[in-house]
Amino acid sequence: MTRISTAQPRTAERPAFYNEMYAEDGGVRPHYEAYAGWLEATPVEQLLQKQREADALYTRLGITFAVYGDESGVERAIPFDIIPRIIQPGAWKKIHAGACQRLRALNAFLKDIYHGQEIIRAGVIPGEQVLGNRLYRPEMRGFDVPGDVYVHVAGVDVVQTGAEEFYVLEDNLRTPSGVSYMLENRRMMMRLFPELFSRMSVAPIDHYPDLLLNNLHSVAPAGVTDPTVALLTPGSYNSAYFEHAFLALHMGVELVEGQDLFVADNTVYMRTTRGPQRVDVIYRRVDDDFLDPLAFRPDSVLGVPGLFAAYRAGRVTLANAIGTGVADDKSTYAYVPEMIKFYLGEAPILQNVPTWQLRKPDDCRHVLARLPELVVKEIQGSGGYGMLVGPAASREEIEAFRARIRQAPDRYIAQPTLALTTCPTFCDARVAARHVDLRPYVLTGKTVSLVPGGLTRVALREGSLVVNSSQGGGTKDTWVLEEQGC
Amino acid sequence: MLSRAANNLYWMSRHIERAENTARMLDVTYRMSLLPYRTPDQAWAEPWALPLVITGLATAYYERFPSAPSSERVLRFMVLDPANPSSIYSCIQSARESARTLRGVITTEMYEDLNGLWLEIKDRTNESIAAQGISEFFDWVKMRSHQFRGVTFGTMLRDEAYHFIRLGTFMERADNTARILDVKYHTLLPSVADVGGAVDYYQWGALLRSVSAFDSYRKVYRDMITPMRVAELLILRDDMPRSLHACTREIYDILRGLCDASSREPERLAGELNAQLRYGRTEQIIAFGLHEYLMGVLDKLSALNEEINKHFLAPVYSRQSVAPVPVRG
Repeated sequence: MTRISTAQPRTAERPAFYNEMYAEDGGVRPHYEAYAGWLEATPVEQLLQKQREADALYTRLGITFAVYGDESGVERAIPFDIIPRIIQPGAWKKIHAGACQRLRALNAFLKDIYHGQEIIRAGVIPGEQVLGNRLYRPEMRGFDVPGDVYVHVAGVDVVQTGAEEFYVLEDNLRTPSGVSYMLENRRMMMRLFPELFSRMSVAPIDHYPDLLLNNLHSVAPAGVTDPTVALLTPGSYNSAYFEHAFLALHMGVELVEGQDLFVADNTVYMRTTRGPQRVDVIYRRVDDDFLDPLAFRPDSVLGVPGLFAAYRAGRVTLANAIGTGVADDKSTYAYVPEMIKFYLGEAPILQNVPTWQLRKPDDCRHVLARLPELVVKEIQGSGGYGMLVGPAASREEIEAFRARIRQAPDRYIAQPTLALTTCPTFCDARVAARHVDLRPYVLTGKTVSLVPGGLTRVALREGSLVVNSSQGGGTKDTWVLEEQGC
Repeated sequence: MLSRAANNLYWMSRHIERAENTARMLDVTYRMSLLPYRTPDQAWAEPWALPLVITGLATAYYERFPSAPSSERVLRFMVLDPANPSSIYSCIQSARESARTLRGVITTEMYEDLNGLWLEIKDRTNESIAAQGISEFFDWVKMRSHQFRGVTFGTMLRDEAYHFIRLGTFMERADNTARILDVKYHTLLPSVADVGGAVDYYQWGALLRSVSAFDSYRKVYRDMITPMRVAELLILRDDMPRSLHACTREIYDILRGLCDASSREPERLAGELNAQLRYGRTEQIIAFGLHEYLMGVLDKLSALNEEINKHFLAPVYSRQSVAPVPVRG
């Protein structure tokens, strides 16, 4: 039987990246010790067997995502890695506090820009950055959303570069996805390795749907005491459909498509087998543009005619609110530390990645001169599409990207390539270091909260820094250790 | 529950039932085609035309194949052809697509079962089925349909969703039994002289087997097979699970539970049809004409399907006048 060696292979060069499991001297870091001991005692054949079992289960259970632009097939099982990512209580405290802080500031920012716009008048953020943004919704001006909550669910992407060094890559404030993988990955790990959970005290995350439902109830329109919640999905061909169904199931709410809803007298109803039934809160996973053909894109067949009017009349609550995209835009992102100071009077707990705005001529010149070392992203892009990772790109790719930047510099931002931490990952029957990031899901209702964990995404290709599932990334279960466990 | 979900549940089970019925029909045709009684001048001599007539797919077949039905072409068309929406492949695909939109409405076991079925048939080829043996393949389809019904029966909450699934099963089954009986009645009686002959025996036996009724026939009648008794068994017997009487009784019982003050019509239609079968007599049916009688049943099933659609699966509301019902889904 072959066993995994937990000793770090000594090489002449020092590892350029911080490995979350192994210290620089090759020893195992304290919070990984229990796991490393288990891993060392477990034959590789058994790990392979577990990995195959996991892959088969994910396919059979239909836990899949769709890849846009991929003609070969509609769905794929998302690659799952059986080695958990372990986070110590201290590090988690910082992520937790930092992510909550950001969401408090971002909600305050959204309320402000759709009301008094004090942050603009104070000169903290330029007016054109906000009001000239395609994602700013003038229709939302002066409208009070229930509980002043705009972003009920956020996915804050956090990367780590050292022991206690965290950076926020982006705040996903529109319809962030992936939380079903966080929950399914935990279920899978408990099924595959129950013994590990008795050895280590891993903080539970299963109550996420309850928290979310509770928050959705708390933002029901005024006067509704027993609100009916529904989850609005674009439909079964959407890449995140599995997740929509998963969340609806676990919250015990109806999963609706636009065609299931209609509006009469500014009230939203579902078509049911027992006649129309009123809907009070909609957790919508449909983008702003497609929500209501009467208010936004007239060609949308995913939406509900009259929904926006019902929303503005205060007869239905949408979560997230309309118009949050202006705050998670990659160029607005740069101002979040300022927002934290402005609205909360606090110092940011989590750092932003230094960001160059290519619409500024100085920044643009600087970036074009250093393209091979930088990461360049489209301001309104997501999912790892339309981005350049300088160090990993060929010369041709860099030159092609340079041409695209020159054509429309205002569509891009650039950031230094971060030395993302690596986690041991089971690849090709051995354990190898792969880069990871973390997306904790921040929930806002009467309070701001998050379950201890998140979705760890892992770049399965050796050396790759891109973790998106659409770009060959996989996921891992994320174990936040409870205090007494250490 | 959502009308769209009810619609998907209803069609999920109809499609699985249809896949099973198609397998039964093709299996019986295959067995009949092996019998040594084929003579080229008689209509029934080419049994491979029967499945097309029964399912009403003859036109679609000729659009696809310019030549007369043969075992090879009909099997190709009815088993794995994705262009034929009633092929076994397409039925399973549709059922699985419905199930995909029903995660959370159906149980995980049901989804896993159907998804597994889809993953298996997806990779099948006509060659691999021929290598395995066509009858084995049909048995497999039948067993998987039984299995899905069993998983449904054994895991699902007896809620509205469950009843729409059962409704779909029995609507499809009633439709199929009526069709099978009608076509066989015509094609299986080439001449009076054959009645009671060896050909007749095998043909009626095959028909009974296609609806899993051969052994039951023996138990009930303990006598030779006659068309009259076959008709009685498959139309009027309450204790035959695939008879029209049994299917419509189930449909009526389900609709009694589903219908409320605003949707009495589907229940009334189902009750009327069930009463006709419950109190009907074989002699009257034969005197009336079996074909005419079965056509009447098919028309009534189709009208009932329309009412079910209108009241549950695809209701239309005017945007001005809405009288919401104070029930929670």
